[in-house]
Amino acid sequence: MGAKTLGPVRRRFSPWNDPDAKPLIEFKNVIKRFGDFTAVNDVSLKIYEREFFALLGPSGCGKTTLMRMVGGFDEPTSGDVLLDGKSIKGVPPYHRPVNMMFQSYALFPHMNVKENIGFGLKMDGLPKGEIDARVQEMLKLVKLEPFATRKPHQMSGGQRQRVALARSLAKRPRVLLLDEPLGALDKKLREETQFELMDLQMTLGMTFLIVTHDQEEAMTVADRIAVMDHGKLIQVAPPSEIYEQPNSKYVADFIGDINLFEGKVAACADNVIRMESPALGTVIEVEDDEHCTVGEDAWFAVRPEKMRISLDQPAQTGLNVVAGEVWDIGYLGDSSIYHVKLANGKTVRATIANTDRMVERPIGWEDKVWLTWPRDAGVVLTR
Amino acid sequence: MAGLAPPTAGGGNAAPASSQNGWTQRIVILVPYVWLLVFFLIPFFIVLKISLSEQVRAAPPYAPVFDILTDPAATTLEKLSMLGLGNFGRIFSDTLYIEAYLTSVVIAGISTFATLLIGYPIAYGMARAPREWRATLLMMVILPFWTSFLIRVYAWIGILADEGLLNNVLMGLGLIDEPLHIMSTNYAVMIGIVYSYLPFMILPLYSALEKMDDTLLEAAQDLGCTPFKSFWLVTFPLSLPGVIAGCFLVFIPAVGEFVIPDLLGGSETLMIGRTLWEEFSSNTDWPLSAAVAILLLLLLVVPIVIFQNQQAKMQESGR
Ligand SMILES: Nc1ncnc2c1ncn2[C@@H]1O[C@H](COP(=O)(O)OP(=O)(O)OP(=O)(O)O)[C@@H](O)[C@H]1O
Ligand SMILES: [Mg+2]
Repeated sequence: MGAKTLGPVRRRFSPWNDPDAKPLIEFKNVIKRFGDFTAVNDVSLKIYEREFFALLGPSGCGKTTLMRMVGGFDEPTSGDVLLDGKSIKGVPPYHRPVNMMFQSYALFPHMNVKENIGFGLKMDGLPKGEIDARVQEMLKLVKLEPFATRKPHQMSGGQRQRVALARSLAKRPRVLLLDEPLGALDKKLREETQFELMDLQMTLGMTFLIVTHDQEEAMTVADRIAVMDHGKLIQVAPPSEIYEQPNSKYVADFIGDINLFEGKVAACADNVIRMESPALGTVIEVEDDEHCTVGEDAWFAVRPEKMRISLDQPAQTGLNVVAGEVWDIGYLGDSSIYHVKLANGKTVRATIANTDRMVERPIGWEDKVWLTWPRDAGVVLTR
Repeated sequence: MAGLAPPTAGGGNAAPASSQNGWTQRIVILVPYVWLLVFFLIPFFIVLKISLSEQVRAAPPYAPVFDILTDPAATTLEKLSMLGLGNFGRIFSDTLYIEAYLTSVVIAGISTFATLLIGYPIAYGMARAPREWRATLLMMVILPFWTSFLIRVYAWIGILADEGLLNNVLMGLGLIDEPLHIMSTNYAVMIGIVYSYLPFMILPLYSALEKMDDTLLEAAQDLGCTPFKSFWLVTFPLSLPGVIAGCFLVFIPAVGEFVIPDLLGGSETLMIGRTLWEEFSSNTDWPLSAAVAILLLLLLVVPIVIFQNQQAKMQESGR
């Protein structure tokens, strides 16, 4: 478990594409209501053994609620939750091979760090020597060895979070539910712990279900990401697909930075969608094998880093090109982000990698620029 | 460097603000100390002085009587030399007092334990009740205080007497043939104490249990605890401060209780509060009853101080 290595190499792993694969956890049309408020709305989802699955979505969209139904703390109002193909409705938490790391940590205030971490193992009736060894291993993992005999109230928020993480990991459950496990950690520790988690998940063969607000984190650790909104799953796909092929404006907007151009579908042929956008004064052509209908309202979504920015007018005008004026420049070190104001008043963002230390004629404020993009740079969205 | 500069009037320097803060803080702390001095320490020294005096037929019924305003210094010294520990000697030489102390502690101890056993489930139920009910439930616990304590204890005579409500009901149900002799026994005293002091147990327990975070129980169950185990491993340990506070609040006044043993107890019920009262009112032996009171105080304070020291040490070692 070398913390300093780059972390485990992502394996080729895609049971969700295999029709014969049996899911470990399955949600079947799960609805959860609190009074007349619907927190989880008709979710059907399969999570496979050894998968690292991330739930992403705005605050209050039902991520924790979905997770609590796997842990056994909430029961679905309707629908079913299956573990290993068997319904776990009504099975109490202490009989589920699932552990949860709570968003509020839920550390026992009257026990020290060691006792907290060893609690689950003690409940399983493991011999004392084994408990001690496992606790020591966990302390090392979360780098809390010097704090073994502290009480939770004598620790910082980040340290408490790590105790909670260690406690939920200690039992090596088949499914580990992590509710914002790294939120309180600083960036460096967070990145290290992300890799530790991936490493651990792989070596122990556990299935992780993680909730996070941090999309970068979800991208880093997860095999698949589910984007949720108002209790519904909007898209479930591997990170690259979520990023490159969002299925809706919502997902496109939620994950990363994106430019959306409004228009109408003018033609669909040979995997090329032609969109007309009078407001932009250009025709947009996109290589996309998605089904489309001529005349439909649509949005063209393209990531800032897929845009090219240039001071010279491109040879071909009127196709995949817009002109504008540099409005603002954000220097991020490794890259710069240009906010370009178009003739119609819309702002478009383009990111340029800063590969050269010195540029002869850098693009500056109020420069007139052209933005272009290749045909495979973005996607057409119809919802 | 800023610290060396003299504080300027409107300079927004932190030092004057903090010293002002210190003053208000000191005054706030001073108030309870003054209170303790006036209403506890001064009366305590008066009682202590009386306990060192001698019984006489006079008013007041003890000697010497100090009059700081008129007595010359020599007289005061002479009077001081008259004080002695004789009363304490009398208490220790008479097994009656020792027995009374012991009985009081035993009766109060058993009653406190019973109060805890009854009060805990009630407090637990209240803390788990839907939020909107809790205020009402709390009100119901405090409600008995609206009527006179004396009347409520008298009412128990009507319940516990041989011809009382309890015996009538039990015999009516055919559970017993002979009336139970509860009245005028130690049991009646214990019942009276449990009944009277139950709110003092429930309130601190409730406030400890109500603060409990439900996710802790979820976490315990998540880690493999049955609800029963999670109660003993999480809920109960976390409610211990409430348990201790409740036990103190019941035990301490119960040891010195004299109304309940007087009304519900029999001749065998030898509690120290009652003994004290008899010495004071029937025998007008103020010095002896003062000595009894001082010993009772020591009996209660010394273990509590030791306990609190222990607690503080445990907190320290938690580091
Ligand atoms: N016990 C409950 N009673 C009533 N409403 C609840 C309850 N638990 C959750 N909710 C509601 O359900 C919705 C979803 O809550 P949930 O905790 O799952 O959100 P979340 O996605 O985890 O949010 P966050 O990212 O802020 O943690 C919220 O609007 C919340 O107010
Ligand atoms: Mg949540």
